Amino acid sequence: MTVGPLRYHRLPSPPAPPVPPARGARIRVKIQEADAKTLLVAQGLPVPAWQTARTVDEARAAAARFLADGPPGGKVVIKAQVLVGGRGKAGGVKLAGSEAEAAEVAGAILGMDIKGMTVRRVLIGPAADIVKEYYLSAVLDRAERRILLMGSAEGGVEIEQVAADHPEAIIRRHADPLLGLLDYQARDLAFALGLGAQLKDAVRIAKGLVTTMRAYDADLVEINPLAIVRESGVDGAPMERLVCLDAKITLDDSALPRHPGLEELRDPDEEAPADREAREAGLTFIKLDGTIGCMVNGAGLAMTTMDLVKRAGGEPANFLDIGGGARADKVAHAMHLILADPKVDAILVNIFGGITRGDEVARGLIEARAQQTRDVPMVVRIVGTNAAEAATLLEEARFETATSLDDAAAKAVAASRGAAA
Amino acid sequence: MSVLVGRETRLVVQGITGREGEFHARAMQAYGTRIVAGMTPGKGGQSALDGTVPVFDTVADAVRETGADTSCIFVPAAGAPDAVMEAADAGIATIFCITEGIPALDMIPAVELVRSRGARLIGPNCPGATSPGRAKVGIIPGSIHREGRVGVVSRSGTLTYEAVQAMTDAGLGQSTCVGIGGDPIIGTTFLDVLQLFAADPDTEAIVLIGEIGGAAEETAAAWAAEHLAHLPKVAFIAGRTAPEGKRMGHAGAIISGGAGTAASKVAALEAAGFAVAGSPTELPGLLRAAGYRG
Repeated sequence: MTVGPLRYHRLPSPPAPPVPPARGARIRVKIQEADAKTLLVAQGLPVPAWQTARTVDEARAAAARFLADGPPGGKVVIKAQVLVGGRGKAGGVKLAGSEAEAAEVAGAILGMDIKGMTVRRVLIGPAADIVKEYYLSAVLDRAERRILLMGSAEGGVEIEQVAADHPEAIIRRHADPLLGLLDYQARDLAFALGLGAQLKDAVRIAKGLVTTMRAYDADLVEINPLAIVRESGVDGAPMERLVCLDAKITLDDSALPRHPGLEELRDPDEEAPADREAREAGLTFIKLDGTIGCMVNGAGLAMTTMDLVKRAGGEPANFLDIGGGARADKVAHAMHLILADPKVDAILVNIFGGITRGDEVARGLIEARAQQTRDVPMVVRIVGTNAAEAATLLEEARFETATSLDDAAAKAVAASRGAAA
Repeated sequence: MSVLVGRETRLVVQGITGREGEFHARAMQAYGTRIVAGMTPGKGGQSALDGTVPVFDTVADAVRETGADTSCIFVPAAGAPDAVMEAADAGIATIFCITEGIPALDMIPAVELVRSRGARLIGPNCPGATSPGRAKVGIIPGSIHREGRVGVVSRSGTLTYEAVQAMTDAGLGQSTCVGIGGDPIIGTTFLDVLQLFAADPDTEAIVLIGEIGGAAEETAAAWAAEHLAHLPKVAFIAGRTAPEGKRMGHAGAIISGGAGTAASKVAALEAAGFAVAGSPTELPGLLRAAGYRG
């Protein structure tokens, strides 16, 4: 197991076996376009052929095959596989008309930095001859508690932009909560999108999005663009076909235990090493840019603690929820994560004990402090279950404590300023 | 009076023989909640909580034998949606699902089935509800409450405790405190709870605790502007400093495409007559400033 930077203290790395996610630890799992397309194909959806490549040689070979199979004068498209929007604008999507050009383009894209993500893999496929582009997605509608299909005849652009400029241009239909998307609902959606001429394909794709969502516990399946493309049929005559040209899928990580194969699709670059270490330790950790490390139980209270640090004039270094019922070792692990960020110059611990016992947290803090080599001022507030025992322990160990939430935030900010001065 | 739970509540605890189920059932009983039954498949005929509570194999048995009308679910995520549907099908009117980590899509048919049976689901991933001095269902520590007339509704767990403790410390008691849960798909929304409070003669002020993500706070605010104009109302929104696109612990707490921001929620609540606090500790003061004399 890879553990984050250890140069600031000598807390030993925790035992290796992975722990199930903490109560409350939920991180959306995005997967790359090529992997999303694999899932769509497995559900029977029409996706044009593609291959992925991690090296220039692999890219060249794939391009050679597609160029040989395609029409004379045809091209291939080479797309960076990174989990950020706006790949095209950033130069991560390019066409190539020959093997040599494909190798050159792939060489430029592989290793490219797009919004902080390094491109390690490209997708190569025949360049599509696009007749018209559409947008189609299946998402969770929280308010209606149903799966919502959203479609637009304006494809290839960001749906948020369409929603802002022409909200009436977005067609919305809900799947039945018990039966999924029914044939007549899919037909209705297809007609509303102007896909009457491609009715069969459109129905199959719309239903397929819902099937894909349910098959993999996705919370988003987005096809943008869904496109009518011109291809040559078996007899060589041109024909039109509705296909999924690009795909984006995010998975509900609460459901990952029942999809063991999907965990491998998690993009290692999407998660900072500290985030991954936290997940494996059963903590919810999100690194931010500030200087005050926060350790809190409960997501709502963790967000509030960050807000109050900011309000008191400081900047939170992280969101960290140790979850309900955390024991001393988990607390020590959380401290390790916070201290691994060199920018952290003060720590605020805020625990409202319900299921979590205050004395357990206090023991964890004392243990963690005994092992850390970097001296960072710490302000601890523990209320609720076993708060009195916690207070005694913390007093004996000479921790700085606070009683109110606002007071704790103010003390942490003052400590951070003192450290910075 | 109170909403959702009260002296008349007859509770069945699903998963009462599990570690969490037993621990919290004991705390609920100690608080004064009338627990009439427990339910664990295969343990029917046994008893729980030192012989004080009969255990049944099915919720239907528990309802038939004890007249249970409310359920509290401590069943692991894989079986929790089924437990919700079993309770609804057995005729339970109010179902609290405490379980966290249920795949969101599993809740869609469960919520629909609950609706079709005329039942109400609170949660999942919620701390439950307490009507101070009467009953508590769920995991909210009983010690933080005080009897009174402020209705509290929240999406969070420990943040709710923080706010309720602040109210109690300031001498402001509560009629009922409800945690609706932090998941994207939940059975009861802010709006639903505000409607219950509006119909409760003993609720004379409202505290709403929201967080980033979704638009449930905005929807509730719009309704409150029209129907709760006569009550003092205060609110707190967590996540003002949360960055866009990051899911802040709760599955539902995410800002995406510029929607679901704290700023949007604060603006909607203020427009609806809520005084919005910058910290949970300011809630009691704001409530008094809004004219609440409780």
